[in-house]
Amino acid sequence: MTLKSFLNLCLLPLAVAVIAFFVLPMAKLVAVGASGKSGLAAYAAILLDPRYRGTLVNTVLLAAAVTLTTLAIATVAGLFLQRHRFPGRAVLVAFLTFPLAFPGVVVGFMIILLAGRQGLIGDVTLRLFGAKQVWAYSMLGLFLGYLYFSIPRVILTIMAAVEKLDPSLEEAARALGAGPWAVQRDVILPALRPAFIASGAIAFATAMGAFGTAFTLATDIDVLPMLIYTEFTLSANIATAAALSVGLGLVAWAILALARSVAGNTVAAAG
Amino acid sequence: MRRLMFTAQLAFTLLVAAFLIVPALLSMLAGVTANYFRGIRSGLTLQWVAQVWELYADTIMRSFMIALATLAATLLIGVPAAYALYVRGGRLARTVEEIVTLPLAIPGLALALALLLTYGGFSDFRRSWLFILVGHVIFTLPFMVRSVIAVFAAIDVRTLDEGAASLGASPWRRFRDVIVPNARPGILAGALMVVTLSLGEFNLTWMLHTPLTKTLPVGLADSYASMRLEVASAYTLVFFVMIIPLLVAMQVFAGWGAPRPAR
Repeated sequence: MTLKSFLNLCLLPLAVAVIAFFVLPMAKLVAVGASGKSGLAAYAAILLDPRYRGTLVNTVLLAAAVTLTTLAIATVAGLFLQRHRFPGRAVLVAFLTFPLAFPGVVVGFMIILLAGRQGLIGDVTLRLFGAKQVWAYSMLGLFLGYLYFSIPRVILTIMAAVEKLDPSLEEAARALGAGPWAVQRDVILPALRPAFIASGAIAFATAMGAFGTAFTLATDIDVLPMLIYTEFTLSANIATAAALSVGLGLVAWAILALARSVAGNTVAAAG
Repeated sequence: MRRLMFTAQLAFTLLVAAFLIVPALLSMLAGVTANYFRGIRSGLTLQWVAQVWELYADTIMRSFMIALATLAATLLIGVPAAYALYVRGGRLARTVEEIVTLPLAIPGLALALALLLTYGGFSDFRRSWLFILVGHVIFTLPFMVRSVIAVFAAIDVRTLDEGAASLGASPWRRFRDVIVPNARPGILAGALMVVTLSLGEFNLTWMLHTPLTKTLPVGLADSYASMRLEVASAYTLVFFVMIIPLLVAMQVFAGWGAPRPAR
């Protein structure tokens, strides 16, 4: 057997699996999206129909808020952990990255334990102020949930980027008389830009498409994945659900592709 | 001033760590507390864990079975494909890699809907656990392919391959005796990732499962919605016990097969 035919043989299982169970189904999804009463206009409805547009705006705003907050938190913690060596540091890093592979449903449950009806925050606020604070089953709960699973991923990327920073640049800036804030603003943060873009894009795309957390917290939180789910299962509105999924998939893919072209390779993971 | 900055940053980082770790500890504790509402004073018990086993043992077994089958499939499909894609190179290989990686960017819900719309009519397939397996394989395959390609890029496998070829080894023998042993770190890292992701996969599985093919995360969602907090916590505890050794192993091997820009 020649090398060429051996290589083709190596690719055959991949080709069969990916065509049968990914390419064809995705094509079917796009076709079904245009198969409703309104045809291709179903895709336009994502932007034109006030209810769908409202949900889309909600989802984008939530994802953007999660991304910015996560970046801010992860930068402070990541810089700190990479710049200082102290006893217990390894344990702290392990704690911060431990929820990395929690599925969305488990993250939802973590938020229920933290801010739900029998949650810790409710308990503490009841004792301190006499009024129970329950955040879990709302947009705020979902925000906390998405923070919970974005923080470990973004912290890892930022710590890796900080490690690769060239310390001589900072020394040069300091030698030229820059204060600590100026060094942060003009040297460190710009150097971390590719890491911000890469990890921010992943956080954003994951927050747009994640379903398990919203599903656990409540079925009436108004975000795109929940809308797709209810359209499909409760209203049996299959064409709309397909059109919305195609739209969601395109947005998530476009964000990651854009980030990759700006910042190099990115690694996405599950939500 | 320096001291103050250090303390402030440390306090902030500890707060973030607490946000992540406290709920996990609470859930582990709740899973072995007799009555969570009354707190730890009510005593420790394993009755909830036993109840979880009674109610959900089948989901746990099924999740293990699907994870192992997913691993077998991604190994059989992914490792030869990674080799062929790396050795061939060029635009076609890059396009194929791009398509294989797409399921990472596309939300699980969309992929699940696509599978349902295409194969939902084949009712025997739809009802069996193989339907879930297909979803898991498509979703985890990119991790295996990428992690193996990353190792090929790092160890310059092309030179090794050419060396073996110049000694007269056939393509199959080179693949078996040279390529696969050298790709071991990437295969291991990919395998850990695949098993961890498959065990925890919910977004796809929730859409693809039937009442007879529930997996662990599907059962978890069930218990969060309908069981008392202690049972839900005990179930989560069981999940942690399964997943944490995998996470630790991944940290240990992180240096080996960590995804790097390939080429």
